Amino acid sequence: MKLLSRLIPSSGMRQVPKSVTVHAVLLAYTVIALFPIIVVVINAFKERRAIFRDPLGLPDSDSFTLVGFQQVLLRSDFGLYSWNSLVVTILAVGLVLLLGAMAAWALTEYKFKGNLLITFLFAMGIMIPIRLGTVSILSLMVSLDLVNTLTALVLVYIAQGLPLAVYILSEFVRTIPKELTEAARCDSVSEYKIFFCVILPLLKPAMATVAVFTMIPIWNDLWFPLILAPGEETRTITLGVQQFVGQYVTDWNSVLSALTLAIVPVLILYTIFSRQLIRGLTSGAVK
Amino acid sequence: MASVKLNDIKKRFGDVDVLHGIDLDIKDGEFVVLIGESGCGKSTLLRLLSGLEDITEGDLYIDEERVNGRSPAKRGIAMVFQSYALYPHMNVFKNMAFGLKISGKDKAFVNNKVMEAAKKLKIDHLLERLPRELSGGQRQRVAIGRAIVRDPKVFLFDEPLSNLDASLRVQTRVELGKLHQELKATVVYVTHDQVEAMTLGDKIVVMNKGRVEQVGAPLDLYHHPKTQFVAGFIGSPKMNFLKAKISQSAPENTQLVLESGRVIQASVDSSSLKQGDIVQLGMRPEHMALNCESNMVEGKVTLIEHLGELSYLYVDIGQEGEIVLKVDGDNQHQAGDQITFGIQPNRLYLFDHQGNALTRVNAHTSAAIPL
Repeated sequence: MKLLSRLIPSSGMRQVPKSVTVHAVLLAYTVIALFPIIVVVINAFKERRAIFRDPLGLPDSDSFTLVGFQQVLLRSDFGLYSWNSLVVTILAVGLVLLLGAMAAWALTEYKFKGNLLITFLFAMGIMIPIRLGTVSILSLMVSLDLVNTLTALVLVYIAQGLPLAVYILSEFVRTIPKELTEAARCDSVSEYKIFFCVILPLLKPAMATVAVFTMIPIWNDLWFPLILAPGEETRTITLGVQQFVGQYVTDWNSVLSALTLAIVPVLILYTIFSRQLIRGLTSGAVK
Repeated sequence: MASVKLNDIKKRFGDVDVLHGIDLDIKDGEFVVLIGESGCGKSTLLRLLSGLEDITEGDLYIDEERVNGRSPAKRGIAMVFQSYALYPHMNVFKNMAFGLKISGKDKAFVNNKVMEAAKKLKIDHLLERLPRELSGGQRQRVAIGRAIVRDPKVFLFDEPLSNLDASLRVQTRVELGKLHQELKATVVYVTHDQVEAMTLGDKIVVMNKGRVEQVGAPLDLYHHPKTQFVAGFIGSPKMNFLKAKISQSAPENTQLVLESGRVIQASVDSSSLKQGDIVQLGMRPEHMALNCESNMVEGKVTLIEHLGELSYLYVDIGQEGEIVLKVDGDNQHQAGDQITFGIQPNRLYLFDHQGNALTRVNAHTSAAIPL
């Protein structure tokens, strides 16, 4: 009993059942969320036959193979695909953050005609999935001569991520005390400098949240790369993996290896943002 | 440094009139305190001066130049906010240097300015710290320092001490007073604390419901309030007011009857009123004395508040209600005691039914308790 209460430093024994329940729920969720990823990763290191014989088994000395990775790295343009995905994701996320923060600041700080209308349009953007407009987007891209370019993807992803970003960042902008901007105005700081030197640094934790939200769907998207940029030069990872999926035969070793490799960059980005996110949360909590 | 002139300044928020025409002259180097209850428009007036809010009507001159519609930056003002408004992600040095750096001053100049101000405010050892690592008093100094480095024509303070605890507030108040003497700057200071107003101001502007009630030197307001509102606002504890009827109006010695029939003599010119007019009789708690022989009133002590050097007696005097006396801390009275006290006729204030003060004759202008 004594040991248990020492292990759980929160006040009193009353807390123990509650914390056990909470942790059980969290653990269950973690297992469910991680299960498919783990299955992908362990099967990426197994021979094709072993994958089908025992999909949940760990690779052993018999079944261990790197043939999938060899296939992916040597026989396809995996480097190019990763690079494309990375460029598209980073550009799109960066621009969503910048434009989103600017829009959020403008919509909450300044009173102007059409303010409400623009806010409403952004809200609509959250509610209506962008894929409904695929046909018009495609014809727009054709007439702009942007088909099979990364620019097309970046533009579409900005449109896709912006509404939610504006919505979340607006809430954060509202929590920044008005006196700060007023003090800056008295300090003869221009409105642009106020935004870049005062507001933007204070929005960092919120922007990390938005970055994570925006980044994952863009990285994982298959739809728009397939429609707007299916060319060999502009393929993203998710699209590149599809070449191993055949109508009659699927090269599971290569698919799983490619997916395993695709997890790595996004994991790195996530780590960067989430560290910023946690730092933001804690610095706000301790006043 | 500069003079400030307000000419019939009005402010409207939508349909709501907040300021109804403010006229005010602030001399170069003067410390002016705007005081009033919350919602009286004092902070709005300060924001109009700063340029953070637009003036609806009227003219504002800073240093003899009309500055209506100019941005805060171009008015040469610096503002210190109640919440300090320090940039949370910049250390103390950067906070103070930010405005100067933005305006493109060279590095050595900025460094000099900041160091000078920091030394003056004794925060030079804190320059590397972030605002969240500072105490309230230190943050307030940084906010003041940020204002000083800009060499503004006018300093604007918006209730700068109200977020500090009591002892720190007194200390900072004294320092502000000294700083003003040193800088000889023009200051407009908003507060709702009458002690701050009395101690800091060269001139106090009492505001009520968007209008200026009275402008004057601190003691002027204390001894010669023009209205009942000002009389009630200046002085702590508040002035006691009793309803009375004039039984004999005179240019010097007015005779009054209280509701209970007690007769009071007051050295006030009441020749403008006639017998039977209702007036408000004002008595400051510190002017009533237990051993005073004139205008004697008796009553029962209901509560005593001991402050050490002095005590407040709350006395029930019957029909007229309760009044507060400020007496010496050594007195031995207890709740329930029956006491008699009096007040000199030349220490009384009278206000007509509109709240306007009647002229006091031979007014006693020493604030000390006559013991």
